[in-house]
Amino acid sequence: MPSLKDLKNRIASVKATQKITKAMKMVAAAKLRRAQEAAEAARPYAERMNKVLASLSAANAGNAGAPLLLSGTGKDQVHLLVVATGERGLAGGFNSSIIRLAREHALKLIAEGKTVKILTVGRKGNDVLRRSFKDNIVHYITFREVRQLGFVQADEVAGKVLDMFNAGEFDVATLFFARFQSVIAQVATAQQLIPARFETVEQPAEGSSVHYEYEPSEEEILEDLLPKNIAVQIFKALLENNASFYGAQMSAMDNATRNAGDMINKLTLSYNRKRQAQITTELIEIIAGAEAL
Amino acid sequence: MADAFIFELVSPERLYVSEKVSEVVIPAMLGEMTVLAEHAPTMTTIKPGVVTVKLASGQVNKYVVFGGFADILPDSCTLLADAAIPANELTPDTLQRRIETTQAELGKATGDEHKTRLEQFLTDLTQLNGIVVAA
Repeated sequence: MPSLKDLKNRIASVKATQKITKAMKMVAAAKLRRAQEAAEAARPYAERMNKVLASLSAANAGNAGAPLLLSGTGKDQVHLLVVATGERGLAGGFNSSIIRLAREHALKLIAEGKTVKILTVGRKGNDVLRRSFKDNIVHYITFREVRQLGFVQADEVAGKVLDMFNAGEFDVATLFFARFQSVIAQVATAQQLIPARFETVEQPAEGSSVHYEYEPSEEEILEDLLPKNIAVQIFKALLENNASFYGAQMSAMDNATRNAGDMINKLTLSYNRKRQAQITTELIEIIAGAEAL
Repeated sequence: MADAFIFELVSPERLYVSEKVSEVVIPAMLGEMTVLAEHAPTMTTIKPGVVTVKLASGQVNKYVVFGGFADILPDSCTLLADAAIPANELTPDTLQRRIETTQAELGKATGDEHKTRLEQFLTDLTQLNGIVVAA
């Protein structure tokens, strides 16, 4: 049985922990709002880009000379997995759910006899994946020093992916990140980057009859846009990831604060009981002593 | 009246403008072009330069864009910029820093195509620098 002093110390320590988790929750909530705004601000660009590319690629799909980014290399032997995770932990299942999805995917591909290369973005994912896929990790990018996530960072990742693709180092690229659904729900998602896939947009019958003039040519624009699209997709994923991270952290810290509260209640209860027992014992001792006289 | 149309300036980071305008001048790849209402559907790439927007109210706003592309329809014009900034917020310093980063990137670039692209970008930026400093 712990002594009274021990219990007192434990209550103090749990209270201190609760203060920290509460503060972290507040910070996460504030940052979540900003991250969510950023993710929303980026949406119009990504949507328009998708719309334009969908119509351009539909027109170009059958061409033999279609850009490789669109049609792929025609093989699917070497896979590149771009795994985007957080820089920090203490965010519930956020990092581990992305990592689990990526690992399952990688193991499945390896079982099929494919070559797997992994590019990790974010320290957490890199640390964990390095343990089991040490030889598969080809590159690691961290945004530890970055305070505000900008397009520049996405461009850096995209540049690396494109360089590797142009050098023929892989055939298919898949991006792993957590899609932000709500504060309590973040879904780990795998999205194919190369060859490009577009969500099909239904076009109104009259809209499809619009004939564009292209300046310069259609192919040149497509070739210019496809690499840009990779960067935009990555940017979108990074922003979603960021929002998901803070969402997950917020609910994790909320839980932690609540757990700490429960624990304090329980400890206080046993502290009080113990104190009462001690007082009773003392009284009995005194009375017994008085009677003996 | 058919002389106003919707103009949108979007960068990956945010939506800058979404308003009714009467006239927009954009720095297209093959030279500057002025877009008015009822323009033929056109898709064009943009080089770094100044976008001049004349609102339906007559007010004129200027933005500096760093490349991108524009989707022009008879009743709308959407400019997807890689990066954009209102012209009055742009200082020669920001531009200078951008030029320096591009130069650094050029130093590291290996592929010929990549190099040409960066060189072109650098020329455009330098030209832009001239315009902004003069203004």
